[in-house]
Amino acid sequence: MTAMNLDMGDNASAAIRQNVWRPPEVSLRFWPVFLRNLLVWRKLAIPSLVGNIAEPLMWLVAFGYGMGALVGQVTVGGAGHEVKVPYILFLASGSICMSAMQAASFEALYSAFSRMHVQKTWDGIMNAPVRLDDIVMAEMLWAAFKSLFTVTAILAVMLILGISYSPKLLVAWPILLGVGITFSCLALIFNALAKGYDFFTYYFTLFLTPMMFLSGIFFPLEQLPPVVRTISSWLPLTNAVELVRPLFMDQWPEHPWRHLGVLAVFAVVSFWVALALTRKRFRG
Amino acid sequence: MSQPTLTTLPTLQAPLFSVDQLSKRYGDVTVVNNVSFQIAPGECLGVIGPNGAGKTTTIRMCLGLSTPDAGRITYFPESSDAAGLQMPRDALAIKAQLGVVTQMDTLDPDFSCAENLLVYGRYFGMKDAQIRARIPELLEFASLTHKAHAKPGELSGGMKRRLSLARALVNDPRLLLLDEPTTGLDPQARHLMWERLQLLLQQGKSILLTTHFMDEAERLCSRLLVLDHGKKIAEGTPRDLIAQHLEPDVVEVYGVGAVALMDSPVKQLASRVELSGETVFFYTQDARAVLDALASQPQLRTLHRPANLEDLFLKLTGRQIREDG
Repeated sequence: MTAMNLDMGDNASAAIRQNVWRPPEVSLRFWPVFLRNLLVWRKLAIPSLVGNIAEPLMWLVAFGYGMGALVGQVTVGGAGHEVKVPYILFLASGSICMSAMQAASFEALYSAFSRMHVQKTWDGIMNAPVRLDDIVMAEMLWAAFKSLFTVTAILAVMLILGISYSPKLLVAWPILLGVGITFSCLALIFNALAKGYDFFTYYFTLFLTPMMFLSGIFFPLEQLPPVVRTISSWLPLTNAVELVRPLFMDQWPEHPWRHLGVLAVFAVVSFWVALALTRKRFRG
Repeated sequence: MSQPTLTTLPTLQAPLFSVDQLSKRYGDVTVVNNVSFQIAPGECLGVIGPNGAGKTTTIRMCLGLSTPDAGRITYFPESSDAAGLQMPRDALAIKAQLGVVTQMDTLDPDFSCAENLLVYGRYFGMKDAQIRARIPELLEFASLTHKAHAKPGELSGGMKRRLSLARALVNDPRLLLLDEPTTGLDPQARHLMWERLQLLLQQGKSILLTTHFMDEAERLCSRLLVLDHGKKIAEGTPRDLIAQHLEPDVVEVYGVGAVALMDSPVKQLASRVELSGETVFFYTQDARAVLDALASQPQLRTLHRPANLEDLFLKLTGRQIREDG
């Protein structure tokens, strides 16, 4: 038999296997990889917790109470049901989304890159019966989990500070997990493309930081020019804030499905892109 | 130089692992070119070759990490039908029965030795209780019982490699793929590693091993595969390969005036003479004649020894340095 003959039958399936854009093949094999990250983190949880919540809380207290004294009340809500709320409440409800975004991004960039590229942990895992797809899935969920953990801690402090006692915060909690998932997926695209840690500085300074100022976290979107507002309305962080902010004020979001839809589309599309680029990175 | 076409030597038993006409190209470069081999149960097959010969790419394809451009990789499970499992299609099922030690350690720096084994066992779908029951014997096997709670950063190079080996054994694999398992180790650590690998062979495990150390290949491998420029250029037992390709004796000569021997009549006494740096190598059927002829030049230093795998390797792959591997 010639090499040609051996090949024939497998050609089509081999072509599909080699296409990095094929659908994700995810199984429960992701779970031990998630557990691995959990086990490492358990050893470092307390110091990492301090780092994760201290900075957002300092921002909140300094700006919320300091600026809040200057700003006074802020008007939120669409035409017909505007409410005036203290600036600290306005800021807290936006900055919790920012914290979810940052925690997820940091984990899915710096930490995932360390495991993937520096420590070669992923290579070790792939010598066992675990697919690259499962590893990417595990990293995505892990970054979202860490983000949820940070968010929960910050929410707890906000409750202690008495910023909001809205029972609807219970709904905000799973939404913030979704925000973490969306930003994990986005960050994993850049993880797949990175040559070194320096690359992530671009992502933070050119993408995340501008978005923070265009998503209505620090000031109402009404202050932005109409063109910028249109762009802003499609940003994932804006949609996250639009969902979470009313819940802090014991109201329901005006267009929940629209905002959830935008976040879901960002999550699904970027997970697929991240997976394809990661497969390309590991293909040899 | 054209090499005769090599057919795969049939193994006596039904093979455990079989590679047929495997090829891999990167752009215009063919890094693995029509390579075939088989591994029988309990056998240690060594793959030797200079840097860039295609050893690591072959192993990566055997693991399904790289997709071959042509060829077939088959694993035959213990209670198997004749067809066997195909790589990369059945990658997960095959990897469940493999143990792998890569060139670079991929140990988890944040975990102790015991935790490294536990976490790795979970990737095979093993239950925690099942893994924990295995950890003491795995640590003992790796002579790391006293380091159970130490992290890889606190271990020596040899200990890390043994931990990697123990980790590769967590799923009780039938076949081990070891890519340069002793590179960078001191002699004591290498000997301990060899002892452990021999123990595994005695237990009936099969091993596919790549190495740059000919003494390692000679000691461990029942059969050798020599790769160069992606092609299989020789295959056989170490003894047979030496007998087939080399004269039995080697006289190495160095010291003042050694290089001048290249133009002297002494050269006629050997079947083959090579110069490498300041040393002249006489490959001969009759070392006595060469040594007697050299006795008249006492300033020369001579070393008479039997031909070994290193000679074979250099004969087959040449003495030039391969730095762009």
